[in-house]
Amino acid sequence: MSPSRVLERLLQLPVVLLGVSLIVFLMMTLTPGDPVEIMLADQRVTEEQVAIMRRDLGLDRPLVERYFVFLRNAVTGDFGLSFFHRRPVLDVIAERLPATIELTVFALLIAVVVAVPLGIAAAVARNSWLDRVLSAASLFGVSLPGFWFGILLIMLFAVQLGWFPVGGRIPFGWEVPRLTGFLLLDTVLAGRPDAFLRTLSHLVLPAITLGLPASALLARVIRGSMVEVLNTDYILFAEAKGLTRRRVLFLHALKNALIPAVTVLAIEAGGLLGGSMIVETVFGWPGLGRVVVESIFARNYPLVQAAVLLYAVIYVGMNFFADLLYASLNPKVRL
Amino acid sequence: MTATTLEAPPISPTGLALRRLLANRTAVLACAVVLIVALLAIFAPFVAPHDPADADLFRRLCAPAWADENTEPGYWLGCDSLGRDMLSRLIHGARVSLSVAAMVVGIAAVIGTMAGLAAGYLRGWTDTLVSRLVDTLLGFPYIVFAIGLMAMMGPGLHNIVMALVVKEWVFTCRVVRGETLAAREQDYVEAARALGCSPTHIMLREILPNVLSPVLVVATFRMAYVIIMEASLSFLGLGVQPPTASWGSMVADGRDFLVDAWWVSTLPGMCILVLVLAINLASQGLRDAFDPRLHQSS
Repeated sequence: MSPSRVLERLLQLPVVLLGVSLIVFLMMTLTPGDPVEIMLADQRVTEEQVAIMRRDLGLDRPLVERYFVFLRNAVTGDFGLSFFHRRPVLDVIAERLPATIELTVFALLIAVVVAVPLGIAAAVARNSWLDRVLSAASLFGVSLPGFWFGILLIMLFAVQLGWFPVGGRIPFGWEVPRLTGFLLLDTVLAGRPDAFLRTLSHLVLPAITLGLPASALLARVIRGSMVEVLNTDYILFAEAKGLTRRRVLFLHALKNALIPAVTVLAIEAGGLLGGSMIVETVFGWPGLGRVVVESIFARNYPLVQAAVLLYAVIYVGMNFFADLLYASLNPKVRL
Repeated sequence: MTATTLEAPPISPTGLALRRLLANRTAVLACAVVLIVALLAIFAPFVAPHDPADADLFRRLCAPAWADENTEPGYWLGCDSLGRDMLSRLIHGARVSLSVAAMVVGIAAVIGTMAGLAAGYLRGWTDTLVSRLVDTLLGFPYIVFAIGLMAMMGPGLHNIVMALVVKEWVFTCRVVRGETLAAREQDYVEAARALGCSPTHIMLREILPNVLSPVLVVATFRMAYVIIMEASLSFLGLGVQPPTASWGSMVADGRDFLVDAWWVSTLPGMCILVLVLAINLASQGLRDAFDPRLHQSS
């Protein structure tokens, strides 16, 4: 990507974010049903009180004005009250987001740990059985419904073998002081190795469910770029100099082969964050995705709206970060 | 006999592509699997051995025919928690999956092709508008966008189709726009312009036939993804509503019986996997057959 393209993407960013906010606003506004009636569903109120509440919430204002108010509030983090929790939406999100991030980061780690050696091995042993197995596995990975894969893992490793817990984030009744919200980190900070191990065991199956299918795509990308790099003149020259195969692979080839992989990884991170919605539901993981799904059934629209906007902003940010990363890692691009 | 009569009749590019497709055994097998599932779905009311909504608690969680615990002859794949025949529900579930996928991909292909043609050929503000809309929609993770829309519109077959189409057309649009941008510089388009053809004529009569094969390839690839999305939404309870059978909701129904009745969750999941895998393999075969660049380079 050329520097001008990076600049173009940077200029596009606010336009895309505005577009995203407009779509999220319209999603909420065009919803059938009156938000005030939903909020007051089980309360006896007069029509006058309903009118006052509509005025207080700004629902009697023109649509354009309401959009700008929504935008201003979104920038300041004011998404109103979560009907269900009776607390500010931002508080609920701040409470749940660390669990989702923890899961996504571990899923990414699994994806990298599995994909990098497999991708390199398949590129080195091109057209071998390993290469063919990897090709089949990557197709299998993209065809596998995540929610079903999670259930299979629960059935095998939690129910049958009893190696991992069925769901949740920490065993019932265990308490760890909340410092950062990232439970693994909190157990370390609290000096609780027992809780750390139990928390880790809760994380394994959901992270595999989310990360393993992602590793299939990543391994394909690494394999492709590695094959390309191994065919270049400088690798041929390095081999002709008499360098060992290992040195050529890991010191010369891998560095350049990983450039597209890092970009894909950054994009995947945004995608995994979205995919975590399903995985959190399967494993009863108390993250943002699960609370969004619960909120849909409780018609808790302010939280759904804020969470969708947040996911989109993170996703757009990760895509932009991927572009920047590609530009900064690629020696052909000077910023 | 003249030399011209001895020459074999020229084969059209489509004919060549079909020959290449038929030579790919994996793709043919995958196409056969998709065709069988499609036929089962179309003729579901005649093929299914029982009414998929017929519940009987005496048959509750009855095991498949091969299991020792099977107590209900005639219920080959066992029954679910309400005593409904699994096989019949799987066959009717295929109907939901394939009909949603066909509708979504079909509508999205038409919208995406038209928008891509307009953006790529007309350029200017049309291109800016379409491109910014595409960028904005791509700014949402797919599942989050679909869940957000379904939350607002409510569950149901029509809503699921609408929610997926809103995001899905952008993938066709991007491909068609790129192809159109390349095509508008070609001689045949220049010639049509020189002859005074209208932009509509050039887009629909000259460029459209040349972008149909990438549209076909994109559509088949997207179909696999749409099936997974529909199943995921139904799994969350946001898709097709009971008592209509859907593979995603069947997996969700069986979650509480993983120990006693593994088949309730496992079989519909396997159906999704097999169908999506077959569509992915078939679309790979189609891409290899219809993309002449792949064959020129090989």
